[in-house]
Amino acid sequence: MKKINLLVNTMAFGTMGFLYLPLMAVAFFSVNNTKYGLSWKGFTLDWYIKLFHNEVILQAAWNTLVLAVVSTLISTALGTALAIGMDRFPWPKKMNTALDLILHLPVIIPDIILAAALVVAFGFLRQVSSLFEPGLFSMIIGHITFQVAFVALVVRSRLISIGKDIEEAARDLYASTSYLLWKITLPLLMPGIIAGAMLAFTLSLDDFVISFFTAGPESVTLPLFIFAAVRRVVTPQIHALSTLVLFVTIILVFVMERFTRKLNTK
Amino acid sequence: MNRLIIWYGELLTQKKLIKRGALFLTPGMLWLMIFLVLPGLILILVSFAGRGAYGELVWDFGLANYKRLAGYGIFGWTADYIVILLRSVWVAFVTTGLAVVLSYPLCFFIARKPERSRYMWLMMVIIPFWTNMVIRTYSWFLILAPELPFAKLAACFKIISPGMGLYPSAFAVYLGMISMFLPFVALPLFSSVERMDWTLVEAAQDLYSSNIRIFMHAILPQTLPGLSVGVILTFVPAMGMFVVPDLLGGAKYMLVGNLIQQQFGASRDWAFGAAISMGLMVLTMFSLYLYRRKNKGMDLL
Amino acid sequence: MITDNKGLSLQGINKTYGKVNAVKDVTLDINSGEFFTLLGPSGCGKTTLLRMIAGLELQDSGSVILEGQDITRLPAIKRQINTVFQSYALFPHLNIFENIAFGLRSRKVPEKEVQTRVQEALDMLELGTMPNRYPHQLSGGQNQRVALARALVNEPKVLLLDEPMSALDAKLRAQVQVELRRLQQKLGHTFILVTHDQDEALVVSDRIAVMKDGQIIQFGTPEEVYDLPKNRFIAQFLGAANLLAGRFHDGMFHTDIGPLELEGPPPWERGVIAIRPEWIKLSDTKPEKNGIKAKVSEIIYRGTNLDIWFEPGAIRVRSSTYKNFKIGDELWLDLAAEELVVLNE
Repeated sequence: MKKINLLVNTMAFGTMGFLYLPLMAVAFFSVNNTKYGLSWKGFTLDWYIKLFHNEVILQAAWNTLVLAVVSTLISTALGTALAIGMDRFPWPKKMNTALDLILHLPVIIPDIILAAALVVAFGFLRQVSSLFEPGLFSMIIGHITFQVAFVALVVRSRLISIGKDIEEAARDLYASTSYLLWKITLPLLMPGIIAGAMLAFTLSLDDFVISFFTAGPESVTLPLFIFAAVRRVVTPQIHALSTLVLFVTIILVFVMERFTRKLNTK
Repeated sequence: MNRLIIWYGELLTQKKLIKRGALFLTPGMLWLMIFLVLPGLILILVSFAGRGAYGELVWDFGLANYKRLAGYGIFGWTADYIVILLRSVWVAFVTTGLAVVLSYPLCFFIARKPERSRYMWLMMVIIPFWTNMVIRTYSWFLILAPELPFAKLAACFKIISPGMGLYPSAFAVYLGMISMFLPFVALPLFSSVERMDWTLVEAAQDLYSSNIRIFMHAILPQTLPGLSVGVILTFVPAMGMFVVPDLLGGAKYMLVGNLIQQQFGASRDWAFGAAISMGLMVLTMFSLYLYRRKNKGMDLL
Repeated sequence: MITDNKGLSLQGINKTYGKVNAVKDVTLDINSGEFFTLLGPSGCGKTTLLRMIAGLELQDSGSVILEGQDITRLPAIKRQINTVFQSYALFPHLNIFENIAFGLRSRKVPEKEVQTRVQEALDMLELGTMPNRYPHQLSGGQNQRVALARALVNEPKVLLLDEPMSALDAKLRAQVQVELRRLQQKLGHTFILVTHDQDEALVVSDRIAVMKDGQIIQFGTPEEVYDLPKNRFIAQFLGAANLLAGRFHDGMFHTDIGPLELEGPPPWERGVIAIRPEWIKLSDTKPEKNGIKAKVSEIIYRGTNLDIWFEPGAIRVRSSTYKNFKIGDELWLDLAAEELVVLNE
């Protein structure tokens, strides 16, 4: 038994190292005072300061944020309505299965196929309206398309957990439809909606593939910028940018975890 | 249809209820129809079209793209595309397998930590899960660079020539893939491991001597739900992955994701790209089907 | 037929789910101010019936009449009937005060009145110290009282209680039963309770309707239902009963353990009679009539009494005489004619 414990612990530590060593290297070399090479030349924060003077990077950060916020807002509204529509109405069983299948499509299809399909579809839509030229608008549509499903799944699981008798009790206590919605259903659903929105936001920040296929020259986001940059040459400035992104991710994850924890204990 | 019903304590006609339900469903469903289902159908259609001289679509319905994917070109038959397709399945398979092997000890390790530190360890797995894949992939550039000890060590053993990095290479692709998807297996698996009944394991220790049998009889059945979610969450995106092979494999280790990306990028051959996407889709669905048949009675999510 | 009854009247209620007949042609008159119980095993349709009274379920046919007014087509929010749900269904995001005030506030009762009425309800159910707490901070018994207060504060014409005690432990349940009975008598409201617990039904009710397979099979005061069960099911469902099968001829009921004299001829020739274990008297000498000689086969000590099983026939006797019985003792059982209940089947 002791031998197994030792093995488990060693493997776990090894795996953790495997996950974090590369990321730590990025953070490490982001404060290295040299433009080329991987030998230590002293500590500096220059690369971080330079980030904030780089118009292209600032624009990319702005694009990333706009993309994430807009797509999250729209997908949360659509996904929440979808979840209520699916769970709270007496649809025939076959229809429920069909709805469920459509909702799970973005989960079981490799994202590159969704991206390819969107490229082709936008190609046709472009003949109708120039809105569908590659760019931020197309990217927002792409992001919403995979976010909606995830939001709907999260909100629906919350809806199911609220159960029928709470709403029946409200009816029994004379609540009109709108009173029920504002005083009972929405407040109880709100944690699910927020959790869904946070998931959508993180998915958007995390996405690369959909953005890569639907982006235009004016709509570069941070992941796209980093990808293009590292294919040419890796600079300490990219390390600094990546470290910052990593930092934001860590904060987001902590906020999200705190929130879902509170939700589960309540 | 004008039948009265009581639904969640409200008395109304069925017609009115259905109308209200449709109101909730329509925006989201319309969106998914226009931007998910319809593009998917168009993609299928386009896979039977051809490519014009300037990369435009030519509507000459035929199986030309699929024949090309199967290896029949102007210069006779080659196995190139088939190799890439099969290699993608293989890479996804190996990635999933190794990620599972590494995830079990990690989950056991975290599950046995006291509550407070368990949370911190869990966060350590969640953070890479949500870190952008481009950053996580290129960060291997540093570890595998010629200047660092790993490459030098490999050079010592004459695995690579001195002064070379460990990437681009097949090895780097595997490293990148496994580290990318490990949290995708570990997190769902952990939710099962956390709820595991350890007394069953203890009972199994009394019954069976070999660790493999203990695992098969006491641990695997209990953790199967989480494991299945993890396997699907890993296998599906791994099949279509193109960032990792693009950055870490270069031209040396192409996967189907790169092939698709090429058609929509530099080659501008949408029709062929659509056909490859169909090939990937079929392969993914077939693999999931095989997996599901082996694990009857489990749900997808 | 609309009665001038001040209470609640159900007429010819039917409900099917797919192929299952959940409620079959139920007709009932419940008096104003009485504590009425629907008793039956799970799945007998009693909760469905209750939900139809509340307006949470729609009957296929039949009508519900409250104080002479047909409320069949009124939605739940228009019925002056409130429910205590089995799960209590308290609103988890509202505190106790807000939970209780919910019904008043959704009807736009002036806030001043809400304050006083909720306070009264809190005091009545001894919740006065915890208006700001949330349901998840309270014990099961406290939550049950909140659910009661939340319904009663609306002064319903009928209060429906759907298995309100099933989540409480046995000791608390016994205490709450008595409190519930007192509360109902103090308020004088009509209470309708659904339960599968026969002790509970006997303790709290003015009248009981026993349901099985969607039908009401007996209806009466607790004494009537307990003392004169109509059939085998009720005899066994309410308390324990010895069932004796046999034939009636020549003025006597002939069973395996011997002939018994009945008070009158039964409506059948071949059938079953029941006798409660506590109604059988034990004696050392042969009783005048209906005496059966039997041997003690098992003794079960129950604290306040003994359960003694006799051969032949596996007859159970509940006795409080603390005589020292031994297994194998031979005794006379006195199955007095007035205690024998002729079952209707």
